[in-house]
Amino acid sequence: MPKIKMPKNSPSIDMTPMVDLAFLLVTFFMLISQFRAEEAAVIDMPSSVSDLKIPDKDIMMVLVDKEDKVYFNITGQETRTKVLEKMGEKYSIVFNDEQKKEFSNMASFGVPMKSLSAYLNANSTERKKMQEKSEGIPTDTTGVCELCDWVYNGRILAPRFRVAIKGDQVTSYPKIRRVMDILQDKKINRFNLITNMEVGPGE
Amino acid sequence: MAELNTDDGGGGKKKHGKRRAKKSSTRIDMTPMVDLGFLLLTFFILTTTFNKPQAMEISMPVKDENLKIEDANKVPAEHTFNMLLTKNNTVYWYFGMADPNLGALPALNKTSYSKDGLRKVLITENNKRHNLYAQIETWKKEVEEGKLTKDEYKTKVKEYREKFKISTLVVLIKPDKDAKYKNIVDALDEMAICNVGTYALLESTPVEDQMIANANTYVK
Repeated sequence: MPKIKMPKNSPSIDMTPMVDLAFLLVTFFMLISQFRAEEAAVIDMPSSVSDLKIPDKDIMMVLVDKEDKVYFNITGQETRTKVLEKMGEKYSIVFNDEQKKEFSNMASFGVPMKSLSAYLNANSTERKKMQEKSEGIPTDTTGVCELCDWVYNGRILAPRFRVAIKGDQVTSYPKIRRVMDILQDKKINRFNLITNMEVGPGE
Repeated sequence: MAELNTDDGGGGKKKHGKRRAKKSSTRIDMTPMVDLGFLLLTFFILTTTFNKPQAMEISMPVKDENLKIEDANKVPAEHTFNMLLTKNNTVYWYFGMADPNLGALPALNKTSYSKDGLRKVLITENNKRHNLYAQIETWKKEVEEGKLTKDEYKTKVKEYREKFKISTLVVLIKPDKDAKYKNIVDALDEMAICNVGTYALLESTPVEDQMIANANTYVK
């Protein structure tokens, strides 16, 4: 019997569907990581060697950007709604349910109370424009200090929340000093400064 | 790998009449591209979980209007390290108190935020006083190696500091109005790195502002 010669053909697999799949997965993961609310402020934090981690919830943050504009953020949908209601009472502004819902889903914001209603009604492109034009949450020493009220209401409604300051590298010190003074005024003496991770010396 | 199929049509040395144009069909194997794709995918999935910002702990002293700065910290002048943070990432330092009524103002020493600048000064000064920096570093290493627990380390450091309370380094960080937030964070970071136990964040006094202005006039 003659030996059966195995046909020498090298099988070739068409890789195109696999490449499609890979790119589909990449796109999926790129999009899925953007589902949280957009932060209003772009802040470039300084780095430090501290290795304490900032928790994702139960935290109240005061943010200050490059132009010394002040923003405020507090976690927890219920807490946010209650804080908004309290601020509305103080400044005699009534927020309807839609606005309250919108506020509870937002992250940080930096508009004074008088523009807050319009801000909540606007869509995201209009909000960006409003944010750029506004001068942030007022922290005046004379006259109305809205940040004081935000911090105060946040504190009484959520006394266990951590308080943190997130500043930009080029934020001027007097502004940070003012924010720290406001916190100390409301008897908040322990707070965290949010920084980027930095490898310590000799590590 | 990639295959280049050149149609030779009888590879003899002799040329048979007309020279035929070489038809080459290229088939690229997609396997490396898929590998790369998956590698990038894995990379991005993993790195997006690494970007959680860290927090630095800071606790401020209780604000009391009736408390005067003089009797707030009765620290001897020779252990009081004053750090003046000003514009362009410049740091000036001096020991003691800057009070024109107490005599000549101390000279300002200039340094930077680099490793050879502020850190070197602080470590040297800290070591001059009971070798504090080196001692705490050895304890830190022992904690890493497992010879010491974190609680033991904390009690040891506390006892050591209590023992030499009035003769350890005290740092007063005084940023002026031109300092940036990054400068403050760097200064507070150095406190942690150089094992300085007692430090305070204060405002720079008008006398110090004047000293800085004088020093700056020589720097051009």
